[in-house]
Amino acid sequence: MAESSRLGQSIDSFVDASCSLTQQAASLDTITSLVKNDVLSVEGLVREMEMYLTTTDNIIRARGILLLGEVLARLVSKPLENATIHSLIGFFTDRLADWKCLRGALVGCLALMRRKRDAGMVTDTDAKAVAHSFLQNLQVQSLGQHDRKLCFELLECLLECYPDSVAPLGDELVYGICEAVDSEKDPQCLMLTFRIIEVLARLFPDQSGPLASFAGDLFEILGCYFPIHFTHPKAEDLGIKRDDLSEALTLAFSSTPFFEPFAIPLLLEKLSSSLPFAKVDSLKYLSGCTLKYGAERMLKHAGAIWLAIKDAIYNSIQEPALSFTSESLVGLGFQENEIAKEALTLLQRVIVQNDSLYLSLIVKDEDINMILNTITIYESYNDIYLQGKLKLHVVGRFLSISARSSIASCNRVFESYFPRLMEILGLPVKNLSGDHSPIVSSLISKRLNFGALYLCIELLASYRDLTAGFKEIASKSISASETCYSMLQSYSNLLTKAFCSTLATSPQDADIYFAAKGLQILATFPGYVSPMLTSEFESILITFMSIITLHFKKTLLWKLSLKALVNIGSFIDEYHESEKVSSYMGVVVEKIVSLVSLDDFTMPFPLKLEAISGIGTSGLSYMLKIVQGLEEAIYTNLSEFYAHENMKSPDITVRLLECYSNKVLPWIHENGSFDEVLLRFPVNVWSQIESHVDFSIQVQEMELLDATMTAMRHAVAFCSVESQNKIIQKAYSVLSSSTFFPLKEFTSLTIQFQLGGLQLAQKIDNLSYRDEWILSLFASVVIAARPQTPIPNLKEILQLFMTTILKGSVPAAQALGSIVNKLGKESNELKISSDCALEEALETIFRTKLWNSHDNGAVMKCSGINNGSEMSFADSCLGVVNNNLPQIHAITGLSWIGKGLLLRGHEKVKDVTMIFLEFLLENNKSDAFPLKQNSLESSCELDLHPSVIKSAADAFRILMSDSEVCLNRKFHAVIRPLYKQRFFSTMMPILQPLIMKNDSSLSRSMLCRAFAHIISDTPLTPILSEAKKLIPIILDCLSMLNKDIQDKDILYSLLLVLSGILTDKKGQEAVIENAHHVVNNLTKLIVYPHMMLVRETAIQCLVAMSELPHARIYPMRIQVLRAISNALNDPKRAVRQEAVRCRQAWASIASRSLHF
Amino acid sequence: MDRCKCNSDLSSPKHCNIERLRDIKDPEHPYSLEELKVITEDAIEVDDVQSYVRVTFTPTVEHCSMATIIGLCLRVKLLRSLPSRYKVDIRVAPGSHASEASVNKQLNDKERVAAALENPNLVDMVDECLAPSYG
Repeated sequence: MAESSRLGQSIDSFVDASCSLTQQAASLDTITSLVKNDVLSVEGLVREMEMYLTTTDNIIRARGILLLGEVLARLVSKPLENATIHSLIGFFTDRLADWKCLRGALVGCLALMRRKRDAGMVTDTDAKAVAHSFLQNLQVQSLGQHDRKLCFELLECLLECYPDSVAPLGDELVYGICEAVDSEKDPQCLMLTFRIIEVLARLFPDQSGPLASFAGDLFEILGCYFPIHFTHPKAEDLGIKRDDLSEALTLAFSSTPFFEPFAIPLLLEKLSSSLPFAKVDSLKYLSGCTLKYGAERMLKHAGAIWLAIKDAIYNSIQEPALSFTSESLVGLGFQENEIAKEALTLLQRVIVQNDSLYLSLIVKDEDINMILNTITIYESYNDIYLQGKLKLHVVGRFLSISARSSIASCNRVFESYFPRLMEILGLPVKNLSGDHSPIVSSLISKRLNFGALYLCIELLASYRDLTAGFKEIASKSISASETCYSMLQSYSNLLTKAFCSTLATSPQDADIYFAAKGLQILATFPGYVSPMLTSEFESILITFMSIITLHFKKTLLWKLSLKALVNIGSFIDEYHESEKVSSYMGVVVEKIVSLVSLDDFTMPFPLKLEAISGIGTSGLSYMLKIVQGLEEAIYTNLSEFYAHENMKSPDITVRLLECYSNKVLPWIHENGSFDEVLLRFPVNVWSQIESHVDFSIQVQEMELLDATMTAMRHAVAFCSVESQNKIIQKAYSVLSSSTFFPLKEFTSLTIQFQLGGLQLAQKIDNLSYRDEWILSLFASVVIAARPQTPIPNLKEILQLFMTTILKGSVPAAQALGSIVNKLGKESNELKISSDCALEEALETIFRTKLWNSHDNGAVMKCSGINNGSEMSFADSCLGVVNNNLPQIHAITGLSWIGKGLLLRGHEKVKDVTMIFLEFLLENNKSDAFPLKQNSLESSCELDLHPSVIKSAADAFRILMSDSEVCLNRKFHAVIRPLYKQRFFSTMMPILQPLIMKNDSSLSRSMLCRAFAHIISDTPLTPILSEAKKLIPIILDCLSMLNKDIQDKDILYSLLLVLSGILTDKKGQEAVIENAHHVVNNLTKLIVYPHMMLVRETAIQCLVAMSELPHARIYPMRIQVLRAISNALNDPKRAVRQEAVRCRQAWASIASRSLHF
Repeated sequence: MDRCKCNSDLSSPKHCNIERLRDIKDPEHPYSLEELKVITEDAIEVDDVQSYVRVTFTPTVEHCSMATIIGLCLRVKLLRSLPSRYKVDIRVAPGSHASEASVNKQLNDKERVAAALENPNLVDMVDECLAPSYG
């Protein structure tokens, strides 16, 4: 009972036109769910609605029928009985005649027609009845847009789903459709219209069918839409763009060959339009139609199409913009716009469809022949006028496209043009014996005709591309008996010689470019069709190699040769031409490897490296060889360095190492993991060090050490865990054999640490260079190790690193940071092999008193081991009074450790930052900073040196900024997402009150410094949400930092943060309150003398300020304008330009006059 | 207009500031003064040491009623863009305007320029011409 009353209500509220749209939608949902859940059957619903469906009130009837239609539209997948469907479709079919409630009838028909077979479909006879009623009753074009759309959808559905039942309607159907679609203008309806015509054409493919007789009429309707002129301002409203419409129209155009007599003339005519998009469209449509209409029908249009293509290309190509040095050069470097591209695509299509016809058109073409006949005037590239170049380019493109399309056409093109070109180039045919008369060699040495050279290269390139394209398909499809093959073979030797001599002698870039390209093409034919003998192939390689080694002063020639060699290498590698690979290996790779190891200084070393890494990238087998050569060169150089005092030039070794780590290693890693290759380098370096017990060098070579460390890091980072393990073991064994390494066991007692540390520290004091090398390299290995790689005897290593940190070894600090970053937790299973877990390691680090013991005697007695979590490390940092250098080192070390902890999100980082904060607050003891009570009591008497405090402030930069050297993704750091944001939001509440309350100028400025470091590396979003609170502090920092020239970088990055806030809407709101201070600060920065970027950014910030509410900034106007007028006289142009903009912005916020 | 005679020194104030004139719109046309050839590169003299700028512009027709407005636009633009140490002279090219002398006098009279800029209609007009020249 309740159900039926609910139903009644819902029907009422839907039918009642005065109800709101949401109410109607809700009632529709209710009814649908009732039927869907089988509470109500469709028949029941119809019975319930009887009154609404049959009433004579037009409005209620229309709503009632619409309701039934909508409900059915939502029940498409609900199975219904055939009888129900039959009676429903009958009802809706009848209602199509009732124009007052047409909408509902259309919706209902559509809903029923779209049903799938498994849910019960409309029968064929019913569908026919629908079609019949549609054609009889509907005047589509007199309806509104939405109804028209429904009509077209219904038509499309009829044609697509019930082709058999509508086909018998024949002429009537076609005529009805013509009438319905005539002069449709709405884009959505047009999409449907085009689709209907396309489907209709599929329905009646017969020559004698109804479509054939109506084709003219139908095309008349369709043709007036071409070219699509779509001016709807917002395409996204409809979800339809011009391209969609154009594509749909193409499909409609090309749907049936019956359109051919009407469409092709129209398209050809529109090609002469002055609108570029009409041209592009015409060409596109022609390409589409050509395929569909078939070769036979297109035959008669061939001449016209060829002329049209030629015309379009000649008229649309622009001036050359590319030079011969650029990578992707097509033809002579003319820019081809869309029209030209489409025209060439069309040409390709028509040639594929009917090659003999179009080729004869091309061969007979007067323009092309004229160019070939007058080609002798194109002697040299620089002497050709633009028009001439254009013609040459177009002919080249024509020939290359036609030769590329098939073997037959390639043969034809070669037959028609190749001998002529050879003649012009002055190359006679090889006679039977294969020898050339002596005259030939003199002929070769003369300059080649540029025009012929260019066309010849285009032909060769297209033949090569054609053959290379057949790689997978039957390789025998191109046999040696083909005309082009035999032609090329007879000339190949001469061509090679001619190209080589051009390379060697020609002074012109264009000649060199094409000669190099020609040689490259000749060398890259797939084996079975290659016209070259192996000896000829080798001679090409030798030519290029001699250029590489001798002519390095001619930059272009050298670059092109290298590029050609790389291309040849990768081609033969890809096509597995074993014979050629071996000669390439012999001629190119080995030669180039020997170049590096030779002490030959004629060729500049950077070029050698460029060549070697370039060649290496062309194939894996070459790279492996090259890596070996490179490594050997490095080893020799290094061992020379170890053994002899007089190192010839560490520069070369550095360059070798850089090349190895920047170019070679990443390539090897990308192209498959070759662990053994990657493993070899680090292990060998270590064994070399091991074998050289005595380093005789006295001079520090920091650059060399850095380069070696970088190479070591990269090599280790790419290795797998097992290989890393091997490397670490090796490195450890070298390390433990070194003089300074303590071999006695440590226990975990602090006092013993101290003792051991003391000894260590003394040893560290007099480190030899060899020890320093070992230590730094070991640190590099540790930095690059994966988290899973165990580090042997971790405790000792920790001790060692901590001691060396005090000596100022940054790598040791970074390694320590990496260790704490990657070490597994105690509970973690990864711990298995490492003898020390994270907690333990941290304990070791923070409890060690090493730092104290270092400075003999001057150890502050600190409270040491207080409660468990207390860090005596902190005190020890503070402990050194007399000498502040170790303190700074200790702080740097601690900051790297902190960074490691920060990245992994460990809570101990908080303790580390607290230590830094204590340093910063050192000068005002009165402050009741809570942390002090614990650990600072020891150091309260201290008087810290400002440089120490400064380094503590700068420690925040290390914490926040990204490092290239360690603790990043490349070196497998454990990085928690959003760690910067998290650190920012923990630090800000602590720093803010400290800065606010602090009176001592030193510690205040240092706090600001730390603040600036943190904020300038934080992403903008969290800053914006806090902007209101941060702005005053940022301003404080800005005014503090602009005093010292050394702070210019941090000042700039802080200013960037401010400008980020100012340009954001939310940020601007936060600035309003402090507008006056902001302006004060910025006007001071306008005259900042040390950095142009600061001045520029400050002015940009002021421009952004001018967008704040008028009342707020008006009082500052005069002040800003005065400051800006000074900036107009700035020595830097960029600043002056910004100043003018700023002045305009501020001058115009009030009166526009000049009187400020 | 973007390069005056002294373009050897690209970062000098003259070069930078002279560039600002090129985009000023003609009061009667939708074109810039440079496009209309009212001002050209050669018609501008800059002496950085003496802080002196002289702009000579050529009205499109002899009876151009807009000559004074164009001159005013040039002056306002330069006033807004140049440091205050510059003395700016703006003249009509000799022989290019019917009442050359009076236009020149009007443009270089401080009082009259100031008075003109008090006139809201004139200022609106000038601002409209200058609008496109602020990148």
